[in-house]
Amino acid sequence: MFKTGISRPGTPYLLLIPGVLFLFTFFIWPIANLAQTSTQVPIAGGDTGEYEQAFRFANYLDAFLENREQFGRSFLYAALATILALAIAYPLAYAIAFKAGKMKNILLVLVVAPFFTSFLLRTIAWKQILGEQGFVVPVLRDLHVISPSTTLTSSAFAVVTGMTYNFLPFMTLPIYASIDRIDPRTLEASGDLYANGITTFRKVTLPLSLPGVVAGTLLTFIPAAGDYVNAAILGSPQTTMIGNVIESRFFAIVDYPTAAALSFILMTSILILVTLYIRKAGTEELV
Amino acid sequence: MRSTSRWFQRNLLRIYAVLAFTYLLIPVAYTIAFSFNNGGRSNLVWKGFTFDNWLNPCGAPQVCTALGNSIKIGFLATLFSTILGTMIAFAIGRHKFRGRATTNAMIFLPMATPEIVLGASLLSLFLTLQVNPGFWPTVIGHVVFCVSFVVVTVKARIASLDPRLEQAAMDLYANEFETFRRVTFPLVAPGIAAAALLAFSLSFDDFVITNFNAGTMTTFPKFVYVAAARGIPPQANVIGSAMFIVAIAIVIMGQVVGRKRAVK
Repeated sequence: MFKTGISRPGTPYLLLIPGVLFLFTFFIWPIANLAQTSTQVPIAGGDTGEYEQAFRFANYLDAFLENREQFGRSFLYAALATILALAIAYPLAYAIAFKAGKMKNILLVLVVAPFFTSFLLRTIAWKQILGEQGFVVPVLRDLHVISPSTTLTSSAFAVVTGMTYNFLPFMTLPIYASIDRIDPRTLEASGDLYANGITTFRKVTLPLSLPGVVAGTLLTFIPAAGDYVNAAILGSPQTTMIGNVIESRFFAIVDYPTAAALSFILMTSILILVTLYIRKAGTEELV
Repeated sequence: MRSTSRWFQRNLLRIYAVLAFTYLLIPVAYTIAFSFNNGGRSNLVWKGFTFDNWLNPCGAPQVCTALGNSIKIGFLATLFSTILGTMIAFAIGRHKFRGRATTNAMIFLPMATPEIVLGASLLSLFLTLQVNPGFWPTVIGHVVFCVSFVVVTVKARIASLDPRLEQAAMDLYANEFETFRRVTFPLVAPGIAAAALLAFSLSFDDFVITNFNAGTMTTFPKFVYVAAARGIPPQANVIGSAMFIVAIAIVIMGQVVGRKRAVK
């Protein structure tokens, strides 16, 4: 951040007006409108899908109590997917940054390669891979890891596998970026001061890569908590997440107030969790 | 025995990386393999190799209409979000002004909002205003979430510029406009290009916001999602695989061009 001589006081505002107006109209206003919808009640004697404002804040309580289970599941699955993605991504990012040598660029392309094809096709591929006709089930049955009657699809396992998979590049890239930025001389210095490999990792590499870990976990957890595609394709009615409920309230049941209230509870709980997490992790500069 | 375990220890990280890459790439391999499947309309079981699907990519009903819509929406969303986002990035990256923190928060919020909330809130606004869901509401929805990513990408590029380059231009009597046109903009351009590519891929692959705001219009992801219930035609895999090949080609070309420039 610096100031060149080329800044007139009005310039930033002129640059901002179109974008800010756009975001006001199509981001802030819709959110405000959703807030307004969330306290509406059905019009007495009206058609399905007709609601009027009644400032009924109990809608929130009803929506929450009715869907406690799905809320719990959303945050549980999102947390599991985040932890699994971190466990896979950290060593991977470390290997690419420190051990890949000339292969670095190619490996980075491979990390984002899944994005180059549709994520729905990939999610459906998981359904096939984990399904009865895929190659995973027979192998696991032969190894007696799962019983002959156990299936892998339509389960929490499949949903979490799909979520971990879909968000893995979002976890890997920021961690890679922060590990790659580490000056190798700091690691040498640590070695010179008689720290062994583990101590160097714990005291030098890990703290320096923490901003990447924070960014990666957020980029995974936020979309995972609101996800409904993985649960819709890989899950069953027993693995319904809050996203699935919001979607069906909107389209199948046309219960807009409940859908709106659920959206708000989801958004607020995510924002609270994220704020606490950022505070705890101590990195304010995210964007 | 000891040497095996030592080999294992030394290569543990490599083995782990190979396993991770297998996990990342298996579904891609599956998608590509099944584009060659002679499976007929429901492409669930491997039935034999064929080129038919590749020779006839529009063979399944609606699949090419859906693809066309996705490309159109992707282009428009990229155009608008790149222009709006780049302007915001210059304002935030280059100027100190009142309300800068608020603007930053407003850029961060759409990224921290679950997509389903973005989609649902936008639809509820359109319903209130009695605007029918369809093509333009979908474009607008895509611009909302692409803008933030464009701002972040372009801002990072602006932040990495050496201020002395612009000062040098001014010292050589370039006025503000010339400095911007001949120094600042060319230096930021690669960042803008990267942001545009990112915006296009985000828009092209978006399902959630589209599902809420597209009404009866179908896009490629929507087509796949709806078809998933009864089995996806192999043509969808052909399009997915072709996208993959094109994207990889663009990346390789970018690397080659970058290297040539570096040599010069």
